[in-house]
Amino acid sequence: MESRLDQLRGSGRAKRHNARTIAALTGNPGCNRRAVLDAAGIDKQRLAEHIGFPGSFGQSRFALSRGNAFEAMLKADDCARLREVLGADAGLGYQDLASDTLTDRHEQTVKTLADAQSALIDHPLLTLDVAGQTVYLEPDLIAYAHHGRLQVVEIKSFAIVDGQADSAKVSAAAVQAAVYVLALRDLLQRLGQDPSTVSHEVVLVCPADFSFHPVAVVLDVRKQLSTLRRQLSRLASVTDLIDALPAGLSFDLALDPDELVTALAHIEARYAPECLSACELSVYCRNEALGGTAALGRPVREALGGISSVEEVLALAEGRREPAPEQAEAAAMLQAALRLRNEALASAFPAPSAPSVSEGPS
Amino acid sequence: MSTLTALARAQAVVAGRAQPIATVRHLHVHDHPLVLIPLVMAGEANAPLAAMVGTDPARPRLLTVGQPRNRDERFAFAADLAATLVPYVDSFATDTEDVAVDRGRDVRRRYVDAPQIWVPNPAGVDFLRLFGRSTRFRKTDGDNPVPAAVPLLGRWLTFFANTAEMPGSALLVNAVQALGLHWVTGQSSAEDAQFGVQLAWIEAGAAAAREAENGPVAGPATDPDFDNRVLAPLIERSAPDLPRVLHDLLLPTWDRMWRTLALLRRLPVGERVRLRWDADRDAFTAFAQTLAEGGPPQPRRDGAVAAAARLQRLESAASRYAVQRAFDDPLVLAEYRLSGAAFAGTVTLANPDRVDDSGKRPVLRPRIMVHTGEPVRVEPGASLTSPARPSQKARVISINPAGDGVDVLLELSGGMGRRLVAEPGSVPAVGERLILTTLSEAYRPGGALPEPAETPWTHGGPPVPFADQPDPSDQPDQQEGDVVAAARGDLQEAGAEFVTGTGRVLP
Repeated sequence: MESRLDQLRGSGRAKRHNARTIAALTGNPGCNRRAVLDAAGIDKQRLAEHIGFPGSFGQSRFALSRGNAFEAMLKADDCARLREVLGADAGLGYQDLASDTLTDRHEQTVKTLADAQSALIDHPLLTLDVAGQTVYLEPDLIAYAHHGRLQVVEIKSFAIVDGQADSAKVSAAAVQAAVYVLALRDLLQRLGQDPSTVSHEVVLVCPADFSFHPVAVVLDVRKQLSTLRRQLSRLASVTDLIDALPAGLSFDLALDPDELVTALAHIEARYAPECLSACELSVYCRNEALGGTAALGRPVREALGGISSVEEVLALAEGRREPAPEQAEAAAMLQAALRLRNEALASAFPAPSAPSVSEGPS
Repeated sequence: MSTLTALARAQAVVAGRAQPIATVRHLHVHDHPLVLIPLVMAGEANAPLAAMVGTDPARPRLLTVGQPRNRDERFAFAADLAATLVPYVDSFATDTEDVAVDRGRDVRRRYVDAPQIWVPNPAGVDFLRLFGRSTRFRKTDGDNPVPAAVPLLGRWLTFFANTAEMPGSALLVNAVQALGLHWVTGQSSAEDAQFGVQLAWIEAGAAAAREAENGPVAGPATDPDFDNRVLAPLIERSAPDLPRVLHDLLLPTWDRMWRTLALLRRLPVGERVRLRWDADRDAFTAFAQTLAEGGPPQPRRDGAVAAAARLQRLESAASRYAVQRAFDDPLVLAEYRLSGAAFAGTVTLANPDRVDDSGKRPVLRPRIMVHTGEPVRVEPGASLTSPARPSQKARVISINPAGDGVDVLLELSGGMGRRLVAEPGSVPAVGERLILTTLSEAYRPGGALPEPAETPWTHGGPPVPFADQPDPSDQPDQQEGDVVAAARGDLQEAGAEFVTGTGRVLP
């Protein structure tokens, strides 16, 4: 299996999963393309650039430096500010596992967690089963062990103003934290300990208002946890997907763009507009999905009776096409909609100058 | 997403052009609007980087912040923005008109016009809300004083951002939403959020829209790549050409804003748009008065009574706005016809002189029969309205199958004059085509709320007067205490409050 994945990836270095990629993967569990490319550790951003569909997934230096400065401030003086904001004792041990090598780190993490003593454990290395594969997670988080329970602490640099923050950022943070909770619970289970020691309440540490002062808030991620579990269980086994691929298929970035595009066609994607903010390959998939109702978003597709192609929608609405039995209801609705739309447009914009509004400005 | 709008999106894909979803303009477009395009620094909590602002398309004014992390420069920017925005707003607080209230027993005054601010997108409104929050509590004396215009700007921005939440209000408008109200594109609504792309779909079509995706952003967020390649080096060495670079970045959006205004002005205005602008002028007058009387800045959070009252206002504004748009625009009304909340038919019988004398005194109650082939999803006894005669009610007496459709018997009341004979034309005549709907413009009174001073303890008791409140900007630790307690699990409510908030934070 490993060799097959290496072959798919080719000469490039493998990209490792993180909470963000798992969150994105479970956000669209039907996308086999992403599942396979991620499993093989393929650099999707470079792949997209290579085939001429670059996305915009950079991070601003300003945002990075502020995030780093905030974290450094919290961790300065043996985590003085972090302890303060968490209400943790000054005597609490702090261990940073970041410096060790990968396997050491995981062992160290297991050992430290097995002790389950009061401690702040920084940069643990966790594992999670994703689509039949064990993936390593390098969370940028602190596990806070206290009063017999283990809590995930996430440091984020977006501001909480008057108890409110950007909802998209909060929900992204909540999903990521849920991935860590899940991974920590898995780990404890393997160690023969009680997984419910890991709290479903995670702590988010953010700057308060317009200052640099930290504030800690508790997020209940039970909902995200159950969604994640369900989505992970739905992920088709990557092994099966890969076995079904033609032998010799590769996404080596050294290949010609044309060859790569041909290779991509072997794995089915499930594009939705939400991909644009979550997947590096989304611009390519969007181009591929052009003319489908799914590219217009789920609500549009549903309002059009689930019919998959835009052409077909119009053909049914105009009565140019005989609907299949299961399309009869949708077709009747579309015909009524088109009749009403044409009637209203005709009354407002008498022919022939009908919608002059769709012409450009003079 | 209604099937009608979704169908228009499908048509836009095939045509390669945006398609209209409105036949009239549902928005007041001012003759002298103020256009404001804010830009912020990535990562910071609402740190302005630049703004392009002005009322003359030929003369944009660029405000920039050389070092966005510097607090003094931030407030100098606020003072600069105030120097443009406040005089613009004040220029409308001059001439007033009398408005009869309480059935003509009293009058109140209202400014004859009000300001209108345009930003590119909803995120621009959010920026103004947060910028208002960060400036309105600032002190002009004591430690860290700010220029006097800064807190005033904050209060105006907070006012505008609050009105932007009110459905149908046009004091602070964002271009993306204004365009989306009248056209749909052949892409998803998530992609429509990019102002330049959305406008290109309307002006030039799909190919131009793809091109515009790589064009300059409409703010307030900058492009990370632009940050790393262009902006960071300029800011690091405090380069004198920073304003020029930002000017070039913002200018295309500036032009697009004015093109958007021109595009919308070409649509015929809806009949009821004027009513909503009247309400906007009322809101503007009331707030200008509050300021003139030296009222306190808006609170960080509404008290319980104020929040409930606001929610009630938002709800009734939302339903009024939906009904008004449907009555103004046959294309919007068509959505209700598709869902069965409205139907079109032809009058087949009419008895315009029918008088009901079963009560204490005789009343005029004409009856008409309407035949329709459209689905009718109303019950006998329901009260219907026709957009052509909004003050007239039609009560459904019976619905009977007839031919290829149904006959609906209706009894009319109101809108026919005061006598026992209907005014000419006030009763639909045989052969007239009518649209009838369950939507109604009738005023629906809201529930009664207690005085703020009588807020029950279940809702936190009476709010603390402003003068006794600790200044949030000076004491950030006060709030911290609460939430730390929540993190420890001592204070469940504080955590819960964060999650339930006012609907802005929700994973």
